Amino acid sequence: MKHSVKMTINGQTQSHEVEARLLLVHYIRETVGLTGTHVGCDTSQCGACTILMSGQAVKACTVFTVQADGAKITTIEGLAKNGELHPIQQGFWEKHGLQCGFCTPGMILAAHQLLERYPKPSEELIRHQLEGNLCRCTGYHNIVKAIQWASEHMAGAK
Amino acid sequence: MATATDTRLFGKSIKRREDPRFITGRGNYTDDLKLPGMTYATFVRSPHAHAKIRKIDITRAKAHPGVVAIFTGKDLTGVNSLPCGWLLPELKVPPHPPLAVDTARYVGDPVAVVIAESQDAALDAAEKVKVDWEIRPAVTATAKAADKGAAQIHEVAPGNVAFKWQIGDAAAVDEAFKSAAVIVKKRIVNQRLVANAMEPRACVARFEPATGDLTLWVTSQNPHVHRLLMTAFVLGIPEHKVRVIAPDVGGGFGSKIFLYNEETVCSWATRQIKRPIRWTSTRREAFQTDAHGRDHVTEAELGLSGDGKILGLRVKTVANLGAYLSTFAPAVPTYLYGTLLNGVYEMGAIHCDVTGVFTTTTPVDAYRGAGRPEAAYLLERMIEAGATALKADVAEIRKKNFIPKFEHGYQTKVALTYDSGNYAAAFDKLLSMLDYRKVRSDQEAARKQGKLIGVGFSTYIEACSIAPSKVVGSLGAQAGLYESANVRVHPTGKVTVFTGSHSHGQGHETTFSQLVADHLSIPIDDVEIVHGDTGAIAFGMGTYGSRSASVGGTAIAMSIAKIKEKGKKIAAHLLEASPGDMEYVNGQFQVKGFPGKAVPFGQVALTAYVPHKYPEGLEPGLEETSFYDPSNFCFPFGAHACVVEVDRDTGHVKVLRYVAVDDVGTVINPMIVDGMVHGGIAQGVGQALWEGAVYEDGSGQLVTGTMMDYALPKADMLPMYETERTVTPTPVNPLGVKGAGETGTIAATPAVVNAVVDALRPLGVDHIETMPLTPERVWKIIQAAKAGR
Repeated sequence: MKHSVKMTINGQTQSHEVEARLLLVHYIRETVGLTGTHVGCDTSQCGACTILMSGQAVKACTVFTVQADGAKITTIEGLAKNGELHPIQQGFWEKHGLQCGFCTPGMILAAHQLLERYPKPSEELIRHQLEGNLCRCTGYHNIVKAIQWASEHMAGAK
Repeated sequence: MATATDTRLFGKSIKRREDPRFITGRGNYTDDLKLPGMTYATFVRSPHAHAKIRKIDITRAKAHPGVVAIFTGKDLTGVNSLPCGWLLPELKVPPHPPLAVDTARYVGDPVAVVIAESQDAALDAAEKVKVDWEIRPAVTATAKAADKGAAQIHEVAPGNVAFKWQIGDAAAVDEAFKSAAVIVKKRIVNQRLVANAMEPRACVARFEPATGDLTLWVTSQNPHVHRLLMTAFVLGIPEHKVRVIAPDVGGGFGSKIFLYNEETVCSWATRQIKRPIRWTSTRREAFQTDAHGRDHVTEAELGLSGDGKILGLRVKTVANLGAYLSTFAPAVPTYLYGTLLNGVYEMGAIHCDVTGVFTTTTPVDAYRGAGRPEAAYLLERMIEAGATALKADVAEIRKKNFIPKFEHGYQTKVALTYDSGNYAAAFDKLLSMLDYRKVRSDQEAARKQGKLIGVGFSTYIEACSIAPSKVVGSLGAQAGLYESANVRVHPTGKVTVFTGSHSHGQGHETTFSQLVADHLSIPIDDVEIVHGDTGAIAFGMGTYGSRSASVGGTAIAMSIAKIKEKGKKIAAHLLEASPGDMEYVNGQFQVKGFPGKAVPFGQVALTAYVPHKYPEGLEPGLEETSFYDPSNFCFPFGAHACVVEVDRDTGHVKVLRYVAVDDVGTVINPMIVDGMVHGGIAQGVGQALWEGAVYEDGSGQLVTGTMMDYALPKADMLPMYETERTVTPTPVNPLGVKGAGETGTIAATPAVVNAVVDALRPLGVDHIETMPLTPERVWKIIQAAKAGR
């Protein structure tokens, strides 16, 4: 049996018939075709699939598509506005916060919520808040720096 | 920071050119690819470590809606065994079928593939494939694999022994030990690791019946090697009818070098069903089937004189190879391990004996560092054990033994000739960054308060820039290890570089562009780097062993030199000068010493393609290809230190400081090198403290089979790293670059373990046999020490 879902992804309305078991991450990647949201594990550890769902950073592998019915979703593709990078994206670029780039979309969106909650986070807080996101390339040093950079520049913009 | 409009970019920390697509979610990874008519594959795998396949019943699975085809090992007619690319003398090479036919030999060994219209249908149908198993005893423990009574895994390898190998001079070690004041003897276990690149392995295979062409997109560090092994050895498809593309690849760390079962089966199956097939590994499958790393059990003896000089090192290692020989597996615990046991020290004598064993576990092959971390860990642990025995300072004993500074070659006791080194300088810099005296006095003060603070060091040498083809050929490699580069100057003076290196996080699109922009004095935006496509690139051996800048980069530099030589002829003709009088300065070909008598690069490029006024006999066009085969390895080195605090009640280890001095030769982009060092350190600390693949005795189940059970380092487990460099250019290549990709992984593990041992020293601990140093293990060590055991 299929279920109707309707949601907004990066400002565009999406409506599809989906199986109840379809995970939101597979819906976003395979049905909608936005492949910036990645799948790095099957146990909700890695955070590569992190998206913003109605303002919350959630792991899209841990949500059924039908649970997202009516939600407003932002994926990594929707973060830059009018061709201008979000300060967090810019921070990751400036501070070399990525190498292979696979964990990066999830890291950036996890950092988005982090900075909304804590605009001026300490290094310790950044590290603690990122415990749901794994990176195998950077050793996290430059990810911390990238988020600190974004914090400074977002404060300046307000 | 330099800007992109500068042309003097070599050595500058410019931002990466590949980042905009990654930070906006527009990377192009294999699993992102969707082709018309796509089908989806799921593999049926052995749930047992060792079991005979009595029968496979696919009747119910085949009837499942959406199933396109199901193949078992018996269906794969005309498909050969997956090859081993490094053959040691008398190596036992058992068959390695892409789908197990009679017997499965590790948990995860694939026995059938289900191909369906959707991934869900394939997964559902795979559940319905019924395999009648006859379970046989598992063999998992490295040290017991060759024991009498252990189950026999392969007919061709009696006693489960794949090879016996040795290097060095056994008699010289015996002799040296006679005059030793102390001989320390330790058992050292270097546990099994799982690479865990964040992107799981994946492939898309597409056969085009109209042309007979096969295209394979695959998560590969070396697409040409994949194509060669698949076509020439396994599938028998002509090489020129196969194109292998490795698009954006999300990390490799060695695990994506090898030819695996899944891409081989999909490449075969797409020819049967004549539709494209996509397969993407789950993380659970990644744990079970990506080649694992390390897994050594070693008995080592180090003989020292009374004043702390190293007289001799004797090493006996059993290396676990897993169930089959992965592509380069035999090289890792032999030529990438035994040859590195000289370290950065003047060693009296060395002998190393290695037995490679088969077990019913996932195949083991190169994981970041590959052999070199095992060598450095052993040597650095033994040096500190030696210092303890002599009651000497761990820094002083190292200083006493460093090979003095040299610029052109140092012959080790284990075959290698180091290129250039200044080991004491790196170590002195480390001590000063660390403020060693103060750290020791702080440690003393903390101990008085009952705190367990420890300081650990490591030094390391790495053989990278892999490798001189003749040398590795004589040692068993079935491949050359050069690299190719084609530099194509377009008529408008823009440049495309086709490199055989492959970037999966290393940033080649930036560093190689820096090299080209610098050598040609052109804006970096005029340079494009193409990699990862056998349809575009002449040939390539790919990226591993920290070889891309030194081998791949040198090939690019050679092609640029040829471009300049040809350009001089064209410019000389335009200026009515002699080619011998020309030089290339600041983006123009000029008569030596006369910047006013010059032709700009762009005009020479245009003339090459519009050859109206052109030298007689010179071919039009401006494009050059080079294959660079290095004359020697390059040998980066360095010294790392770690300060830890151990909680005596819980056994928890906290890394307080991590300080690193690396010498990777000349540096193209310091920001990128620092980044690689950081990531390497994290993986090395991970091995020391948290990571380890564990098989259950008896059942042979991989109990650390998910990210819930295998502890990958997280952000809050690691500190900021204090990194610096010394620069000792290599004389081996004209760029002076040595290699930077693996240094941190090699150095970090011994530094951390040495620090923990140092922290526990007041309790009487002088060695820890087994990593990772989880709170449980450390707590037990503390309890045993307190009980005086």
